Amino acid sequence: MIDRDQVLHVASLARLALSDEEIDTMASELSDVLDHMDKIRELDLDGVKPTTHVVDLVNALRPDEPEPSLPVEVILAAAPEPVDGGFGVPSPVAQ
Amino acid sequence: MTNLIDLTAAAAAEHVRAGEIDPAELFDAYRSRAAADDLNAFTWVAEGAPEAGPGREAPLGGVPLAVKDLFCTEGVPSQAGSRILEGYRPPYTATVVAKLAEAGAPLLGKTNQDEFAMGSSNENSGFGPVLNPWDISRVPGGSSGGSAAAVAAGIAPWAIGTDTGGSIRQPAALCGIVGLKPTYGACSRYGMIAFASSLDQAGPLTRDVTDAALLLAHMVGRDRRDSTSLEFPGEIELPRAEDLAGIRLGVPEELTGEGIEPGVLESFNATLKLAESLGATIESCRLPHAPHALAAYYLIAPAEASSNLARFDGVRYGLRVDADDLTEMYSRTRAAGFGPEVKRRIMLGTYALSSGYYDAYYGTAQKVRTLISEDFSTAFERFDFIVTPTSPWTAFELGAKTADPYAMYLNDFCTVPMPLAGIPAMSLPSGLSDGLPVGFQLAGPAFSENRMLDAAFALEQAIGFDGSSARVKS
Amino acid sequence: MTDWEPVIGLEIHVQLATRTKMFCGCVLSFGDPPNVHTCPVCLGLPGALPVLNARAVRHGILIGLALESEIAERSLFHRKNYFYPDLPKGYQISQYDVPLCLGGTLEGVRIHRVHLEEDAAKLVHVGESGRIHGSDRSVVDFNRGGTPLVEIVTEPDFRSAEQTHDWLSLLRTTLKQLGVSDAKMEEGSLRCDANVSVRPAGASELGTKTELKNMNSFRFVERGIRAEIERQIALREAGKEIEQETLHFDPVSGRLTPLRSKEEAHDYRYFPEPDLVPVVVDAEMREAVRAELPELPAARALRFEREFGLHAERARELAFRAELAAYFEGALESASADSLAASIANWIPQLVERIGSDADPAQSKVTPVALATLVAMVEAKEVGREAARDVLTRLVAEGGDPRAIVEAEGLGAMRADDSGVAELVDRAIAENPDAVEQVRAGNAKAAGPLVGYVMRESKGRADGGEVRELIRARLSDGSA
Ligand SMILES: [Mg+2]
Ligand SMILES: [Zn+2]
Repeated sequence: MIDRDQVLHVASLARLALSDEEIDTMASELSDVLDHMDKIRELDLDGVKPTTHVVDLVNALRPDEPEPSLPVEVILAAAPEPVDGGFGVPSPVAQ
Repeated sequence: MTNLIDLTAAAAAEHVRAGEIDPAELFDAYRSRAAADDLNAFTWVAEGAPEAGPGREAPLGGVPLAVKDLFCTEGVPSQAGSRILEGYRPPYTATVVAKLAEAGAPLLGKTNQDEFAMGSSNENSGFGPVLNPWDISRVPGGSSGGSAAAVAAGIAPWAIGTDTGGSIRQPAALCGIVGLKPTYGACSRYGMIAFASSLDQAGPLTRDVTDAALLLAHMVGRDRRDSTSLEFPGEIELPRAEDLAGIRLGVPEELTGEGIEPGVLESFNATLKLAESLGATIESCRLPHAPHALAAYYLIAPAEASSNLARFDGVRYGLRVDADDLTEMYSRTRAAGFGPEVKRRIMLGTYALSSGYYDAYYGTAQKVRTLISEDFSTAFERFDFIVTPTSPWTAFELGAKTADPYAMYLNDFCTVPMPLAGIPAMSLPSGLSDGLPVGFQLAGPAFSENRMLDAAFALEQAIGFDGSSARVKS
Repeated sequence: MTDWEPVIGLEIHVQLATRTKMFCGCVLSFGDPPNVHTCPVCLGLPGALPVLNARAVRHGILIGLALESEIAERSLFHRKNYFYPDLPKGYQISQYDVPLCLGGTLEGVRIHRVHLEEDAAKLVHVGESGRIHGSDRSVVDFNRGGTPLVEIVTEPDFRSAEQTHDWLSLLRTTLKQLGVSDAKMEEGSLRCDANVSVRPAGASELGTKTELKNMNSFRFVERGIRAEIERQIALREAGKEIEQETLHFDPVSGRLTPLRSKEEAHDYRYFPEPDLVPVVVDAEMREAVRAELPELPAARALRFEREFGLHAERARELAFRAELAAYFEGALESASADSLAASIANWIPQLVERIGSDADPAQSKVTPVALATLVAMVEAKEVGREAARDVLTRLVAEGGDPRAIVEAEGLGAMRADDSGVAELVDRAIAENPDAVEQVRAGNAKAAGPLVGYVMRESKGRADGGEVRELIRARLSDGSA
């Protein structure tokens, strides 16, 4: 069961602005989905290793050799706020 | 040539290589059909064939390729079906798309999909739903619905898509075509916009098994830009098998019981009979943890997605809804750019990873994942392939399941266990139920693609499915 | 009134001196125009994937071995999730519960862990940009984003600000000798945060700790920590509680101000990075790297003791600061004989005292040759110690050849048989009757002013010992 406060907390972690009704639907939909998920929590999983990767590959390393970078104009082409060769954003530190 | 459109991609490629078809003519034939698309299968269609190409000797003979919008294509809109990437043109091309172009499959267009591959009906696209060519009041399945519909409708000779929990196999089933999800790591994920990194795989959606093999042969291979990609052991060969002599098929009780539509079960059982007549042995088996795959999948995939989609923050590309405050800018941009299902999964995944819940949800799901892999390894000691219906039901009406998220998730009941185990699986048309295609799914051990394609080919010949009625006339 | 014991632990971020970034082929740079070293990977473009830099791993192992850490046979990368403009993917790829190196020690300070991670980009505040009116803007430069970092976390084993300063310069020396980083705090290639708490002396449990950030020089680390210790003690003495918080050190005011946290909720939602596979270091790989370990400061200090007979303290003082050790060995090269080594070693602190304690003598006007020459002249009694100190001051100011300075200034030593010395001794005796009185009365110490007079008048050219001897002789026989 997920309540409005949990929805708001998770939404702030996820940087999602939710309307008042979205909060309510989200709370009920997530609760419903998680009810179904809860079944797996009843399984006996003692001593079972978690799977982090399905391929048993290790040490996929690259040599420390330079490769061409992208031209600045190319990377800034899609930028919402290009400023002096960089990406403009609202200042994180509130003034 | 009588009618180019009636040719399978492999056949068309052969004619081009033999100098019997002009590849430019072939490209234009499909280009004009794609441009006239009224299934909303395409989000972008090429103006023409690229000037520079490998030439008509290339193995894929210049047969044009429809590419799911999820793949980055340099200078061409790559929007992952999301408004947050509307009009975004990447500065680079995904490895598999580049490999296929190299092998002679030029880009025909980008196909519509569920937003960020999250969906099983294509109703979650930011650019409108795709219609099923068998019945335009019904969904084509998802998330690679645009690719599936385009191939079924004959407005693309073949296509590639991506499969995370069934996104190639399920739409292939609902559209009456062949769809294959390779072994995890067989195809590079570089340039494929990530949904759930530990599950995503690219694969072919084609008219028949031979086309699937031909396309896959030029997709696989280790990519130094994808740490999780592997060298495919040997080559993908064109299937030849005429029977199933000595092939042992396992039918898991857990995935063939209740919840499956009668018409689907009927077609499935008929196909088993056919397999038997081709020399296969059929036995029922157990995958004890398969019923928990759906829950594990809907925790792991959203968790990874919540992290993969954090980069859509309005700073470097894509939509920005501005604000004086940084957090406001983030939250409004993401609220405006993401659709409801994507928001739901981001919320679910963020919750599953958040402190206090990680062990209960994400951690638990990862352990269940281990048990599911073990179930398969045990089964593959006795069987060459596990077979199930691909989807519990045939194509459903638009809007039929949008009200209830979990009901929609049940689409993936038979298709999620395989990606959780990283093993290959494919769907081929096994017939019609009430005039709608039914998919038959084979799953095999890692890197068993060649044997699987052979078995599917033998079955395909025996089934003799005819998908031509879905093809758009013109 | 209790004594308080400070308890300090350090978290050090070290930029590795690789050619390319941690997960892509973009070259590392300092001071280039913004965003000229970026690609789909380090910009976090859709579909891009990280691939780990082999040399970064090798550097990490080398550091672990130098710190006597245990190198993990299998380590993993995780995603640390939070939103910030300098973090293009919305997560930092870092090692979490299974780091590359565990445990270890350096000069009695225990190492908790050493792990690999990627650096954030640079965020520059530009004030109000023309584009969005009335809004305060910053600009992101991704050149630095994705630079390979090693994070070294110590146990809370420091007990004073001075101790952290000296240990940090030893760590920097170690890193430089390993060749894994240029370790310049001023340029940010070595960054240090400190966890500080105080407790009543003798208490075993730790007090509430605060975290200090932005101390971007060795001096600031020392000053910042000292300031925080004082602040905490003052609070505790006033019976107040310490609040667990992150503080920002302002070198100008020397004040500590609380920082606004990046992610108010502080829930990083770590999970294993699915785009990277585990790093496995087998014995063979580990030993191959161990074979590349250069001489480390402790070993170097022992060699200085053994080969040149330096005192342990002096040997460490030099060996634990790469630039001093290098200067010392440079001076030895040009010295006439190894027998001068001990004297050269003793003169280097005097040089350091004159150029500033954190400065590199190689950057000063005094060449190793010049110092070696000066020391040789002192040992040959061609110049008095007093005069030599003035010459060293001159060398620091103007550089040049000590021999030339000595001649030009006529600072050459006056020996006892020099009539000038006898003359000065006579004047000293004539002008200090009371001192003479006392010496005659048997108070040898009273000779001080007399000796001082001669040294002063001779501009330090006379040899103090010889002068003292002369005066004793003169005043003990009956004459005058
Ligand atoms: Mg760190
Ligand atoms: Zn880069």
